Amino acid sequence: MQSDNLEYILDHYKNPRNFGTIEDADFSYEEGIPSCGDVIRLDLKIRNNKLDDIKFSGTGCAISQASVSILTENVTGKEVEEIVSYTDKDMLEALGGQVSPIRFKCALLGLTVLKKALTGKSSNQ
Amino acid sequence: MEKLIQRAGSIDPNLLKKDFPVFERKVHGKPLIYLDNAATTQKPQSVIDCIDNYYRNHNSNIHRGVHTLSYESTVMYEDAHKKVADFIGADKWNEIIFTRNATESLNLLAYGWGLHRLEEGDEVLITIMEHHSNIVPWQMLRDLKGIKINVLGVDDRGDLKLDELPDLLTERTKLVSIIHASNVLGTVNPVKEITRQAKEVGALVLIDAAQSIPHLPIDVSEIGCDFLVASGHKMLGPTGIGFIYGRESLLEDMEPFMYGGDMIEKVTFEKSTWNELPWKFEAGTPNIAGGIGLGAAVDYLDGIGLQNILDHEEDLLSYALEKMSAYDWIKIYGHKSTTESVGVISFNVEGVHPHDVAGMLDEEGIAVRSGHHCAQPLMSELSMDYTARISFYLYNNKEEIDLCVETLKKVKKIFG
Repeated sequence: MQSDNLEYILDHYKNPRNFGTIEDADFSYEEGIPSCGDVIRLDLKIRNNKLDDIKFSGTGCAISQASVSILTENVTGKEVEEIVSYTDKDMLEALGGQVSPIRFKCALLGLTVLKKALTGKSSNQ
Repeated sequence: MEKLIQRAGSIDPNLLKKDFPVFERKVHGKPLIYLDNAATTQKPQSVIDCIDNYYRNHNSNIHRGVHTLSYESTVMYEDAHKKVADFIGADKWNEIIFTRNATESLNLLAYGWGLHRLEEGDEVLITIMEHHSNIVPWQMLRDLKGIKINVLGVDDRGDLKLDELPDLLTERTKLVSIIHASNVLGTVNPVKEITRQAKEVGALVLIDAAQSIPHLPIDVSEIGCDFLVASGHKMLGPTGIGFIYGRESLLEDMEPFMYGGDMIEKVTFEKSTWNELPWKFEAGTPNIAGGIGLGAAVDYLDGIGLQNILDHEEDLLSYALEKMSAYDWIKIYGHKSTTESVGVISFNVEGVHPHDVAGMLDEEGIAVRSGHHCAQPLMSELSMDYTARISFYLYNNKEEIDLCVETLKKVKKIFG
């Protein structure tokens, strides 16, 4: 994390958007990074093939938590196909500045979880 | 008088730094401060030169052919075994087997000894402090052979519960396999006393010295252990080389771990017989350059003196503990007892994920580890979750600790 986006990341880390759970979620998925202990759970509501609501919970470092917070803002209201085509590059660009390659794993955890949730790798339907 | 000699030999880390080329580089424009020595250590020029010299002038396969290069590399590789044997006080050099690392050493013993010599109901005693590499191979034998794993716990100060040891040592205990120095807490365990008690029930004793051998003098005959394992890269040597010390009679009695070239005496399609020690356990062309490099690392450490290294690290450790303890938002794990410690401090900055701590330190050129340190059972026993960890070696100094603590203050301000 560099100084150019530190403020942006810290803002999302300290005031996470869409933090919480959805009781009657259509899809839920949870995954972590065993080597660092970060865990992210996503609950999704889909309406008319669009992401109607998304909430995240879990624990992790500033980059993983801020990334998923930013991600939830960017994908709400979007069509499922569009979200699935969201790339790692898109995610890293959304962080508004350079992230060290060492931390890519942290930055991309949320997107990984989101895609797995949407492609039905696991659900609580 | 003894103290005087030690003083005379005391370490000047700033002078030693010049022996390590990596310290010429910058990280994010700052001089490298390397505090991740429990993960791996930096390499002195002498080790790098030794490997370079081997490949430039002597490269050839060992134990084959009569040509000059083959003879030279064979002698160099065998000499490296001798250096390691002398370094740890082994009686004979053929009691040293080179492996890839301590993990492979432990697997060699689990397969070569455990698989053939343990029976259902036999017990292996380990401690809750073990690195995963001294847990998982025994679980393999539990599942395959039906052995039982007993675990000696720690008290809330992070010391082994020695008073519970007699109850855990039974007539079925065939092996006591213990970590010498904890890579999480730095605690140095009383292996000599544990070995004494294990011997009373006739158990063999295996010492995982990966985290101790770089930092304090070790003598296997003084400990009285049967096996000892370590990794070269944690003691200034190259990666990809480690070793086992084993009592000659036990190694003779063991089955090979890997089968193939160089480990055989005679091969026919009906039957093969095994080569003499240590080659019986070094199948295939070994890591010749790595072995020779490890020999050079041992030479370097011998030149400095392990007691001097230990004294230097104790000095750094008490300095760092005092500095860090001044802030109530730094939580330090372990170091509550008066037992001996190597230079490892696991800690957390209150309210900040250890990854962010390590990331911020990296911005200042300071390398530390964050995570579970491959010792999840210990971490969960002490409710540690994930931590940052700094670990010292002979080239570290107090100014580096000051800079580290200053950066931690910055971390607290930004993330906390």
